[in-house]
Parts: sequence; structure tokens; C-alpha cells
Amino acid sequence: MEWKLDGEGPIWAQMVENVKRGIVAGEFGPGERLPAVREMALEAGVNPNTAQRALTELERQGLVYAQRTAGRFVTEDAGTIERLRRELADGTVRAFLEDMRALGFTREEIEQLISDQEGGIDNGDT
Amino acid sequence: MAILKCAGLSKRYGSVSALEGLDLAVEPGRIVGLLGPNGSGKTTLIKLANGLLRPSEGQVLIDGREPGVESKKLVSYLPERACLPEWMSVQGLLGFYGDFYGDFDRAAATEMLSRLEIDPKRRFKHLSKGNREKVQLILVMSRKAKLYLLDEPIGGVDPAARDFILSTIIRSYNPEAAVIISTHLIADVEKVLDDVVFISRGRLLLNASADDLREQRGKSVDEVFREVFRC
Repeated sequence: MEWKLDGEGPIWAQMVENVKRGIVAGEFGPGERLPAVREMALEAGVNPNTAQRALTELERQGLVYAQRTAGRFVTEDAGTIERLRRELADGTVRAFLEDMRALGFTREEIEQLISDQEGGIDNGDT
Repeated sequence: MAILKCAGLSKRYGSVSALEGLDLAVEPGRIVGLLGPNGSGKTTLIKLANGLLRPSEGQVLIDGREPGVESKKLVSYLPERACLPEWMSVQGLLGFYGDFYGDFDRAAATEMLSRLEIDPKRRFKHLSKGNREKVQLILVMSRKAKLYLLDEPIGGVDPAARDFILSTIIRSYNPEAAVIISTHLIADVEKVLDDVVFISRGRLLLNASADDLREQRGKSVDEVFREVFRC
């Protein structure tokens, strides 16, 4: 997977965010095995302790489970993945609204812009 | 126990003070960035740790002992400038390192070299600058040491060579060993570091976990560095 680790905050937290998006986007499917710590560290170009911390955090949040020798796997629980999907969407919408308010747009204007854009995207995509 | 411990460590050259009362402990399993502008004392500290220099005051201990013949078995050192016999072939250098260091893993070194597609029969001096740096790093990282002291391992090489060097450091990671990387190219190394040590004019300015620093300041280590050392 493509790692995006140039944002603010701890690298391990950015890795957690990357994997979460990968899970929701289906890049890591339910029950799929995640790369081992060292492998993930090399891929992302980070220290193995950082990769370890990211995986531990994903485990703590119940998104990933460890099987003693086989490695770590993405949860198979559809409810958990759906909640994660909502959580990421909420974050994106919140950031979007903050940006738009900072630019001085009202709710009506924002809604208008969204439907204008959507028309464009639908035409462009199909 | 700390693999490297400095207590009140000072080094003076005549009236010039290169290091002043430095206290530092580095635990095994950590990758530490020794960060500071040019002339801040990074190389002096590394040379003190491997016994090339003697402290003017204070103490530096490797695995609890002063640097000497025994500590050289534990410390793998990449100097700032190449100090290998340049007329030797790459293959010859593998033998040379193997003769000097009992912990040298020749198979590991050969494997890393083959990934680079460097012909082992070529003489060291005929390699490009980037490849010379890579070969030196491979020699240093192929030892099963307790402490790796890397003095400016990524200075003066192109970004692709830099990536190779950093991934070699990650690949060689061993929880029983510590790695100290001195550099002023912070943006390039910061993702690899556990801890950062800022030194300026021979004094310790900051010693923190890289992720804690990013969390507390809401900035990259590179940005914090630029702030602290603004000219």
C-alpha cells in the first residue's frame, strides 16, 4: 500500500490512520493478513518500533487481531468496519465544513456547491 | 542497562570547547538521531564514544566500560570520511572486515551487495560516490554489534541512495542493539528515529522521543529543529 506519512502528529498515529483508510477502502479486506512488523516498517520507511506501536493501537481499537504465530489479521466483524467507515467520514466532513466556514460559505451555499460538483463528477466518471 | 552512557562529558581543544558537560544514556533497541548544526559537537561525541578521542572531563561508557579494545568488539562505526583501503576490491573488503571483526556476517553483506548490483570484483576507488557510501554502510551494518555509530551516513548522496541507506538501517534493526545517526538532514531521517538528541555548541539542548516531540509541538522534528536553530 501507499503510505502517506507527511502530516502532523506522531508517525505511529499517521500509520494507524493509513491502515484504517486501507481497511475501509477494501485494500485490506476482512480477515486479510497484515504485513509483519518489519515488513510494514520497511514498506513505510519507518522504525520497527513505530510500526509495532501502530499495530498495537489497531489491535487495541479492535480493528486488527493477532493470532499467536500466524500474524495479525483485519477484523471480520462487518459492524466494526461499518463503524470505522462512519468515523472516517465524520472526520472528513467535519474538516470540510471547518474549511468552508473559514472561507465564509453558508450552509445553503455549501449544499448548492455540493450538488453542482456532484453533477460534474457523475458526468465525468461515466 | 544503557549501551552508551555519557556523564558530564566534556572535550576541549586548547581553549575551544567542543563538548561541555554532556549527559546522555542510550538504551538498546533505540534508533537515535544526533542532530545539530555543523560544528555543534556531533562528530566529537561519536569519536569519544569509540575511543578515538579522550574526554577532557567526565565519562563515556560503552556497555558499562570505558572505550578500548574490548568496546571495539561492540561498536560498529561509520566515519564521516571513508577510511577503507581504496585499492581493494569490494570482495577484498568483505574479507578485510571479516578478518578484523568476529561478528561480521559475510553472507548478509553479500546479500545486500547483490541487491545493489555492484560487481564485487570492482575496486572500491572505481565505484561512484553513492555506491562507495552504500558499500561502507553495508560493511558497518553487517556486523552484529551492540552499538552502531553512523556519522553523517546520508550526507552527499542522491535521494535514491539515501532511501537505500535508510532501508538498510531499518532492515538491520535488532532490538538488542542501538543505532546513533548523526546528521543535519533531519527531514530525511526523522521517520526512522525513536529518539532525537539536539546538540548545539557542545551542549545538550533536547533529548526526547521523536513521536512525543511531534505530538507536543504539533510539528515535524525537522520544523522543531529549524525553530530551535533559527539563525
